[in-house]
Amino acid sequence: MIPFAYSKPTAVDEAVKMAGPDARFIAGGTNLLDLMKENVARPERLIDINALPLRDVETTATGGLRVGALVPNSDLAWHPEVEARYPLLSQAILAGASPQLRNMATTGGNLLQRTRCYYFYDSAVPCNKREPGSGCPAKEGVNRIHAILGASDQCVATHPSDMCVALAALEAEVIVTGPGGERRIPFADFHRLPGDQPERDNVLEADELILAVELPAERFTTHYAYLKLRDRASYAFALVSVAAALEMDGDRISTARIALGGVAHKPWRVAEAEALLVGQLADQANFAKAADALLRGAQPLEHNAFKVELAHGAIIRALGEAAGGITQ
Amino acid sequence: MNAITPPPGGNSHAVHLISLSINGKKHELEVRPWTTLLDLLRENLQMTGTKKGCDHGQCGACTVLVDGRRINSCLTLAVMHDGAELTTIEGLASEDALHPMQAAFVKHDAFQCGYCTPGQICSAVGLANEGRAHSSAEIREMMSGNLCRCGAYNNIHDAVQEALPVCRGEGTA
Repeated sequence: MIPFAYSKPTAVDEAVKMAGPDARFIAGGTNLLDLMKENVARPERLIDINALPLRDVETTATGGLRVGALVPNSDLAWHPEVEARYPLLSQAILAGASPQLRNMATTGGNLLQRTRCYYFYDSAVPCNKREPGSGCPAKEGVNRIHAILGASDQCVATHPSDMCVALAALEAEVIVTGPGGERRIPFADFHRLPGDQPERDNVLEADELILAVELPAERFTTHYAYLKLRDRASYAFALVSVAAALEMDGDRISTARIALGGVAHKPWRVAEAEALLVGQLADQANFAKAADALLRGAQPLEHNAFKVELAHGAIIRALGEAAGGITQ
Repeated sequence: MNAITPPPGGNSHAVHLISLSINGKKHELEVRPWTTLLDLLRENLQMTGTKKGCDHGQCGACTVLVDGRRINSCLTLAVMHDGAELTTIEGLASEDALHPMQAAFVKHDAFQCGYCTPGQICSAVGLANEGRAHSSAEIREMMSGNLCRCGAYNNIHDAVQEALPVCRGEGTA
């Protein structure tokens, strides 16, 4: 690790004033310190935000839930309000990382974790995300874990989070603050596709700080499923994951939300796929149509064509589990 | 990891003074910002019971308990833990008796080379504190952050399963 200066502010405005391109906020540190050990992240200053008052989980005026940016992943997954009102979120969080890491990793930090693309992590090779303009060895290299949707000529990385896939399906909002004051960012707009700026994972500015993630009033407490497929049974990143949430009116679907993880630079949703299911029977044929729509335009690379079929099956299975109610 | 030469440019990389309780004993320590909790234990304090396996949060060998919660000590900075209560493998046994989790590991021969064992045991004690694992499948899932390259998993599972209720009853660590 390259030496750096360290400070620990106790107020949000103090922390924001310290921010800058040479500095990084640190909360759980589980991803940032790993990147620093690999010389991928080289901040000159670390601003430890653990003394900031961002640890509350509280019901909002509109019946939603506001989760402070510093709430650890394990505390959030096991929070009684989350288990009861947002079980999809709880399930997705517990599918990620290990218990030790979930005890350290925070809500805000989970949103900001970086891709596990091997080339991004290897500072000896080019990477447009790490060194803009240097090239992308993943496109022609070993790309089994990479994106099949929404990638660009410059970057085929995926976003690694499980929690974010559920937050996308639940349509959370990210509340951030900076020199210009607070702003709320719909979850779908928080992470970006790589385009010609793969170095930017999301729309947060260098001098902005995540304060909280806010969930809308609870829905999907009965018909939900988080299905994660990976190379081993636990403690591995998703090759494909599906967050499925339904509302049923008798045997017909009245609302559908489907978000995919492991396939793109951000949690992947397709409005048309969800609309296709509204008013329809919860059966295999309709689920397959939604899966077709979600994966339309998929552009697999040399080693990850399997993800298209895997995702197709996973979507059908997750929707089936969700439609069946709480018996996963 | 053990960089000790600060870059040119002055005192912004100053040594920080922290207070840390380790296994019940209070320490006042001077640390560099970039010293991980794991390196503080092993290199500065010569407490080598906590192991460095991958140093990237992938193996769990460095698991310790901070305020009763299990964490990977390789992925956190010592300076971030001013005022914390730390328990390592060296702090689990009492004067005259092994901790029930340690005793269960011995009884079930839950190791081969032993390198992952301190992390496994600290993780299992953290698991007991959480109170979430009851079934065999839950134990396996919630111990998945600790790898054993010798493959002693079945015996580790049996040891944890036997000791969990005992640990919970005692509210250990």
